[in-house]
Amino acid sequence: MKNDREEIRQSVEKWEKGVVAKTISRFPERKTPFLSTSGYEVKRVYSPLDIENLDYNQDLNVPGEYPFTRGVQPTMYRGRFWTMRQYAGFASAEESNERYKYLLQQGQTGLSVAFDLPTQIGYDSDHPLSQGEVGKVGVAIDSLADMEILFDGIPLDKVSTSMTINAPAAVLLAMYIAVAEKQGVSADKLNGTIQNDILKEYIARGTYIFPPKPSMRLITNIFEYCSKEVPEWNTISISGYHIREAGSTAAQEIAFTLADGIAYVEAAIKAGLNVDDFAPRLSFFFNAHNDLFEEVAKFRAARRLWAKIMKDRFHATNPKSMMLRFHTQTAGSMLTAQQPDNNIIRVTLQALAAVMGGTQSLHTNSRDEALALPTEDAVRIALRTQQIIAYESGAGDTIDPLAGSYFVESITNTLEQSAEQYLKKIDDIGGAVIAIEQGFIQQEIQNSAYTWQQEIEKGERIVIGVNKFTMKEPSPKGLLRVDPKVGVLQVQKIHDLKAKRNQQDVLVALSALKAAAETDANLMPLILNAVKTYATLGEICGVLREVFGEYQASVTI
Amino acid sequence: MSNPIRVLVAKPGLDGHDRGAKVIARAFRDAGMEVIYTGLRQTPEQIVETAIQEDVDLIGLSILSGAHNHLFPRIMELLKEKEALDIKVIGGGVIPDEDIPFLKEQGILEIFTPGTSTVDCIEFVRQHVQK
Repeated sequence: MKNDREEIRQSVEKWEKGVVAKTISRFPERKTPFLSTSGYEVKRVYSPLDIENLDYNQDLNVPGEYPFTRGVQPTMYRGRFWTMRQYAGFASAEESNERYKYLLQQGQTGLSVAFDLPTQIGYDSDHPLSQGEVGKVGVAIDSLADMEILFDGIPLDKVSTSMTINAPAAVLLAMYIAVAEKQGVSADKLNGTIQNDILKEYIARGTYIFPPKPSMRLITNIFEYCSKEVPEWNTISISGYHIREAGSTAAQEIAFTLADGIAYVEAAIKAGLNVDDFAPRLSFFFNAHNDLFEEVAKFRAARRLWAKIMKDRFHATNPKSMMLRFHTQTAGSMLTAQQPDNNIIRVTLQALAAVMGGTQSLHTNSRDEALALPTEDAVRIALRTQQIIAYESGAGDTIDPLAGSYFVESITNTLEQSAEQYLKKIDDIGGAVIAIEQGFIQQEIQNSAYTWQQEIEKGERIVIGVNKFTMKEPSPKGLLRVDPKVGVLQVQKIHDLKAKRNQQDVLVALSALKAAAETDANLMPLILNAVKTYATLGEICGVLREVFGEYQASVTI
Repeated sequence: MSNPIRVLVAKPGLDGHDRGAKVIARAFRDAGMEVIYTGLRQTPEQIVETAIQEDVDLIGLSILSGAHNHLFPRIMELLKEKEALDIKVIGGGVIPDEDIPFLKEQGILEIFTPGTSTVDCIEFVRQHVQK
């Protein structure tokens, strides 16, 4: 930089007091102050003065090197685009298998499985609480038999598969390993991710089963098992997505996600694992919200902060342990039921933020998702949105394109500092688990969500089609409906399976699992064994419920 | 001064999306109503039992999982069985327009879909609950 600081300060000050003041006196600005989506004041203009303490090598550095602010790989999208991964699954395994094959045909590069709520909470389709829910928000999986159908004709050594499964993650991972084995694919060839992030279930998403302690044990069991048997697998996807969807700000999204991450690392170290043995397989999942620049800054700030945490707090030495690799989904909560085609444009901007923020994989929401599960047509447009960004916009041709922007660097710093303050608060409380049990994190998010809603109702926050530029429209047509018959069919399938399988094998496997659950043993091999006897998900989780008990949430409003 | 309106905000089924439920619960409370929030994963039986025990005037059901056509009618059935149909019921969440007539036939007073203002909900409750 040629100019010295004082010169810049003088010219900015002269401009503000002179021409700017004069202009504003005649034509006031649209509002005072301007705030980012998360509530930070956005200045009229940014200059080198806003980033004068930035140390390039220390704070940014080159892509692929500590602290990874500019990205985790040395060539990023110049080598290979992000993985285009649409979250999908509904009704039966047969129907979801068809949708996956369609998406792969359309150029999608990875699978992402959505399970129905009974599966996510460890109930079989014939459980009384499953009534009305089977196949609704995802595919119903009751046993290995369903999983075999789900991946029929999809070679598991050729695709990477992400599974949004948390409390029963060990069971679904075991089913995936067993299907692969039947295809002749060994576990060390498997690529993919299980969400396996129970803490954010307590905070924001709600599909918990067991209390925190046994839940953390299952998670560390998976870390340990996979580090030896499934080395390419991402054993957890530490998720800020749902925290943001529940109403948090961008800084809260970073802070609460990394606080959860810290809790997992601490639990694994406490269980005797070496940080560099499991940390390289930790992955993250963030939201891409509406505020373009704030979102890009968020991804950059999260990468830098996590790298520092892993290095300084946990003394990791493998650079891979310090890399925050993440999946992104565009913000479902920002979709509107009104004028749903507008959602295509929202998703485009959100997806662009994710790409400019250096995401490793991306799900783009479909325009009709404020109304129902997406139709095939809507999903295709969402996928095409990613392909247009990738192949036509040029956004992936240079790495971290917004680096060096006075504005983006400045808000990257602001978000990082703000997140650090929250982390400090959570440390003082005693860590994420206690902060959740006390309802601190939930309460912070609820406050943000309530403020957001009030701002919309007062017209301080504009949502096109909802509180501005509204119009009368006909009811949307052609939404996807899940046939209620799927519940009946799924129940029939369980009955047939139970009549056919070797009951003795099932009982032996389940009682071995129960006995092991009462000790400190790693449960993964026992769960895998049970899955292979065609014990159902509900039976396996049922045994664990007996030993571990169930989580009772603290209710706050 | 008349007694405040008592409302039970309830999450039926397995759905974990409670942002809307919590926002509306707080909005009702800030509007001077007495609000009880059930928390997640409530069966129709639990909801009706709580509503009767807490002597509420109205139940607000929030659901985003698509199970409304199964769970809402069940709640109305139970209210009828318990002779508690004086308790009004409204619903909200991701509910397709074409399902609304069916739900109203079951006795649900109104369904509020995404984008509804809390002010409108509060106004509706005040109009329909006589204290």
